[in-house]
Amino acid sequence: MHTGILAADTLIQANAVDYLLIAIYFAFVLGIGFLASRGMSSSVDFFLSGRSLPAWVTGLAFISANLGAVEIMGMSATGAQLGLPTVHYFWIGAVPAMLFLGVVMMPFYYGSKVRSVPEFMKRRFGTGAHLVNAISFAVAQLLIAGINLYLLGSIVHALLGWPLWVALIVAALIVLSYITLGGLKAAIYNEVLQFFVIVAALLPLTILGLYNVGGWDGLASKIEGAAAANPDTVAPAADQLNSWPGAALTGFSSDILSVVGIVFGLGFVLSFGYWTTNFVEVQRAMAADSISAARKTPIIGAFPKMFVPFITILPGMIAAVLVTELADFKASGGEAQIAGGAGGNVTYNDSLLLLMRDLLPNGLLGLALAGLLAAFMAGMAANVSAFNTVVSFDLIQEYIIKDRPDEFYVRLGRWATVSATAIAIFTAALASNFSNIMDYLQTLFGFFNAPLFATFILGMFWKRMTATAGWTGLVSGTLAAVLVGILSEGTLGGLSVGVLPLSGQGASFVAAGAAFVVDIVVSVIVSLVTKPKPEGSLKGLVYSETPKEDLVDAENAGRPWYARPVPLAGVALVMVIILNVIF
Amino acid sequence: MSTESNQAEPDQTKVNKGLLGTLLSLFDIRNVIGALLSIYGVILLLMGLFGDPEVEKTGGPNANLWAGIVLLAIGAIFIAWGVLRPVVPDAPHPGEKE
Repeated sequence: MHTGILAADTLIQANAVDYLLIAIYFAFVLGIGFLASRGMSSSVDFFLSGRSLPAWVTGLAFISANLGAVEIMGMSATGAQLGLPTVHYFWIGAVPAMLFLGVVMMPFYYGSKVRSVPEFMKRRFGTGAHLVNAISFAVAQLLIAGINLYLLGSIVHALLGWPLWVALIVAALIVLSYITLGGLKAAIYNEVLQFFVIVAALLPLTILGLYNVGGWDGLASKIEGAAAANPDTVAPAADQLNSWPGAALTGFSSDILSVVGIVFGLGFVLSFGYWTTNFVEVQRAMAADSISAARKTPIIGAFPKMFVPFITILPGMIAAVLVTELADFKASGGEAQIAGGAGGNVTYNDSLLLLMRDLLPNGLLGLALAGLLAAFMAGMAANVSAFNTVVSFDLIQEYIIKDRPDEFYVRLGRWATVSATAIAIFTAALASNFSNIMDYLQTLFGFFNAPLFATFILGMFWKRMTATAGWTGLVSGTLAAVLVGILSEGTLGGLSVGVLPLSGQGASFVAAGAAFVVDIVVSVIVSLVTKPKPEGSLKGLVYSETPKEDLVDAENAGRPWYARPVPLAGVALVMVIILNVIF
Repeated sequence: MSTESNQAEPDQTKVNKGLLGTLLSLFDIRNVIGALLSIYGVILLLMGLFGDPEVEKTGGPNANLWAGIVLLAIGAIFIAWGVLRPVVPDAPHPGEKE
């Protein structure tokens, strides 16, 4: 396709005011990087932000680190394609796990004073599990950073008409400069700022979209009309307008299996694996100023998280009926080649951009674009800053270059950032081969995260679990997920042979479930035939070996209920159940 | 809030002087958010008042104007919060010795 070499061909027609809004945003981003770099003296400052941030800051950063390109583009794309069942990624696939992280697991992470999730792995299980975890995490971060970068580049391409590779390099340089300058504190401050810019960008778009489509009723009747006109290619309107049973999302023919797949595969294995063991997220909480602030981080984050679907999935659904190109694309079942997308032909990933083009006046358009750019940089910055911590501490300091002064590792972290960015430019090219990013990402998560949660939870609550069980469980779980991926239809592209009648999200859920079960079974069997770690070495790492007072904040009892983690988590849980009932 | 004020007096040896010092003392994330949202609010407000409202796109409402007003209000809330409940930057936290 001959898209945009000349500025006149660009998808989005921005004017001077729009560019001004974007430029102001970048000035703030770089300013934060510069200011955060002052008064930073040790590696704890650089990597864990000096453990000094209040809970609302780390809580918003927790959400923002995940509110990257993948979430905004991926969720609006899935919303455009499948409608409301996409909310399961939030209400089933995120909030419960975030609450669990805050209530149950965070005390172990924060209390044991580890600097990273793999380091916890090392203290609990030793070298084998640590290496498996650290390396697979680092590789996954590079891949995901690549996806974020690719989407960032495609926006710049759509906006300015620069060739994609130029856009990629410029975008990568900006992310690079603010992380290397300010470390995690700059990343976290920027994430909090990004959260507000993203909301300021997407909320007006959603409201205007609803206004134009005739409110929720108007949207529902338009979706019904579109589904009735093309019953062969478009999911039935009832499936698009109700979150349960979500058969359109899983691809399962049975409603009951679909519910089981969502609750167990997505809700339990995938989401717990992702939210409770992913260092990108946990690192934000580790930067908090006390154990109760660390516990509150994911819990406070759960509140905005519940409402993110209304500014991502909803505009996606609106775009699929309001934007002509997208409506045609959907009517064709995602087969039609329609020019005018950010990366060539129109795909669901273009939903938000096209809706912005159609609805927003200059001014708001600039704000919306700043929000998208912000989100994409947030995602990539989060991946890269977690990557450099793991590479510097967990791989290089642990195994390759030991016992150097602190400054050495800070410098090393900066170099790790530079190389991660360079590699991300190449993985961006890889990411461009997948049309729906969520599928690709779920596949990756299934392989890396599902077995992790099994190993962590077993390791935290079963002191008999041995070091050998730690790494063999992880490896066999990951292999089980890869095997399901290969047997399914198209989950791994050309590698999948299609023996199992599963595809898309459903296959990911099954792969994750398989990884979880295999990991538990292998870990238990191996534990029973190998020698456990000596009792004394598990303090702070295993529930039964840790004194209760180490797991709570002494000041907590005197605080009002809304400042304590557990009651706050209860409120969040009730709210998310109400949301599930309404939709 | 965990920004409880038992953080005593600022450590005078760590306070930076000059322009950088002033910037650092304002470097509270609440001020940063407040400033950015307010600047955006003003620009959108001006666009709404004097620019083309492009009603053929928005379907009727002057979207810039409304968004500008809301952004200004939220920006003001953040700045007010930062002014009313200031935090001492880089104050060492009790019990945190590395």
